[in-house]
Amino acid sequence: MRNRRSGVPAPLLIPASLGVAFLVLPLVGLLVRAPWGTLWSQLTAPGVGEALRLSLVCATAATLISLVLGVPLAWVLARSRARGRSVLRALVTVPLVLPPVVGGVALFLVLGRQGIIGRWLYDVAGITIPFTTPAVVIAETFVAMPFLVITVEGALRAADARFEDVAATLGADRWTTFRRVTLPLVAPGIAAGSVLCWARALGEFGATITFAGNFPGTTQTMPLAVYLALQRDPEAAIVLSLVLMAVSLGTLLLLRDRWLGRAGAGMAA
Amino acid sequence: MKRLAVLAAAALLALTGCGASGSAASGSTSSSGGGLSGTLTVFAAASLTDVFGQLGRQLTKDNPGLDVRFNFAGSSGLATQLTQGAPADVFASANTTQMKVVTDAGLQAADPAVFAQNVLEIAVPKGNPGHVTGLADFGNASLTLAVCAPDVPCGAAAKQVFAAAGVQAKPDTEEEDVKAALTKVQLGEVDAALVYATDVQAAGAKVQGIPFPEAEKAVNTYPICVLKAAPNAAAARAFVALVRSADGQAALKAAGFRAPGA
Repeated sequence: MRNRRSGVPAPLLIPASLGVAFLVLPLVGLLVRAPWGTLWSQLTAPGVGEALRLSLVCATAATLISLVLGVPLAWVLARSRARGRSVLRALVTVPLVLPPVVGGVALFLVLGRQGIIGRWLYDVAGITIPFTTPAVVIAETFVAMPFLVITVEGALRAADARFEDVAATLGADRWTTFRRVTLPLVAPGIAAGSVLCWARALGEFGATITFAGNFPGTTQTMPLAVYLALQRDPEAAIVLSLVLMAVSLGTLLLLRDRWLGRAGAGMAA
Repeated sequence: MKRLAVLAAAALLALTGCGASGSAASGSTSSSGGGLSGTLTVFAAASLTDVFGQLGRQLTKDNPGLDVRFNFAGSSGLATQLTQGAPADVFASANTTQMKVVTDAGLQAADPAVFAQNVLEIAVPKGNPGHVTGLADFGNASLTLAVCAPDVPCGAAAKQVFAAAGVQAKPDTEEEDVKAALTKVQLGEVDAALVYATDVQAAGAKVQGIPFPEAEKAVNTYPICVLKAAPNAAAARAFVALVRSADGQAALKAAGFRAPGA
């Protein structure tokens, strides 16, 4: 992305402007319809802070888990010569096309107390996962991790593999090469993937409400609170949406300056 | 016995999923005539899914030119959609509160009419693994329990019965609508959920129902009305008439609803 605005050709500028309008106008709609008069009382209503805190904690936890599992997975997809890689890639992207509610049901079938693994956890260890805060993190990770994997895989493919070859010829083993060469090389991609992953986790609704249920303080994240507020009081739902958006935009802008601005000038947000 | 036979017929129909509206609703109907055409859009509470589907098929059978479409969801969500201008011909709500949202906005063509009543029942997975016996068990924190969120009608009703019974409910999840609560029972993920009697009946063999006396404290009435902006007002009136006819009432009864005056 260059900053020479004068250089944007009209065939790009017009659709780009339409694209911005398309994405931003709904936000304007929320701002216009927001009940500014009762904003403060809506904001301080019981449960709002709790839902926001839970959303931020769970989305961040989901992003961290996605990083730990997703970056190695992206490496396998981009670098390994194993057969069946394309099948693996298709499988990894399943959560992207799966309606999140279906994802939630699928999580039940594996981790629910009647599920393949969950049944065992319940009988042997007395652990039930659904309807707990960890269930929220699991649901969000399931839905959001593919965004990170795909982004990092793309960065790995775009990265110049010759750096890694050179490291190898200089005697670095593959793990050292990964840590000291590959990882710094794709850091912008990892940053961009993390942002996408976090944003997706923050907005997650379907898998969460299905697998984790909805209980204030335990599993009710902001999107769930917004949905239920919509059933009762659309104005409250608008306020909650604005809060969620303000916090997520604020966080992303802050990150961009502090972190992405340095590492990923051309990649992210 | 006669009631049992009707139930069995309804269950069979639900299972086979065939287009016929069934013996319970055969014979003359107020909707006959066959002159209706176009598309009829009905916004109806989630708890009406099965029985309205059946009545819709009957209307289509009597009027081959008519295409009946349903939007089944929580009544509150439907009311919001309607006040936001969603195009529909008929609105059937699971309680009077959400119908009032629509009538307060002046969207009705005529005053709503109550066509059915529903009460809450405890739904437990087959075999009742949590050994739930009554409403008091909802105060047991060691059980996994689902109720509807207080924002939706079944949750409002649940709040009323808990208050009436003096039970301090300790649910693990407040579901977004009654079908979501029922799904968790069907999957065996909760020990019990508070749902409508009709949902227990529709769920079949995977779910057992436990009626409880306090349910009488929160009887839900179902109003229906034709909407003022209905693109297909004739078909809308025919559908409302069918719901309120003897055939419609028989189908509702077979699905576990009570008659409006009961």
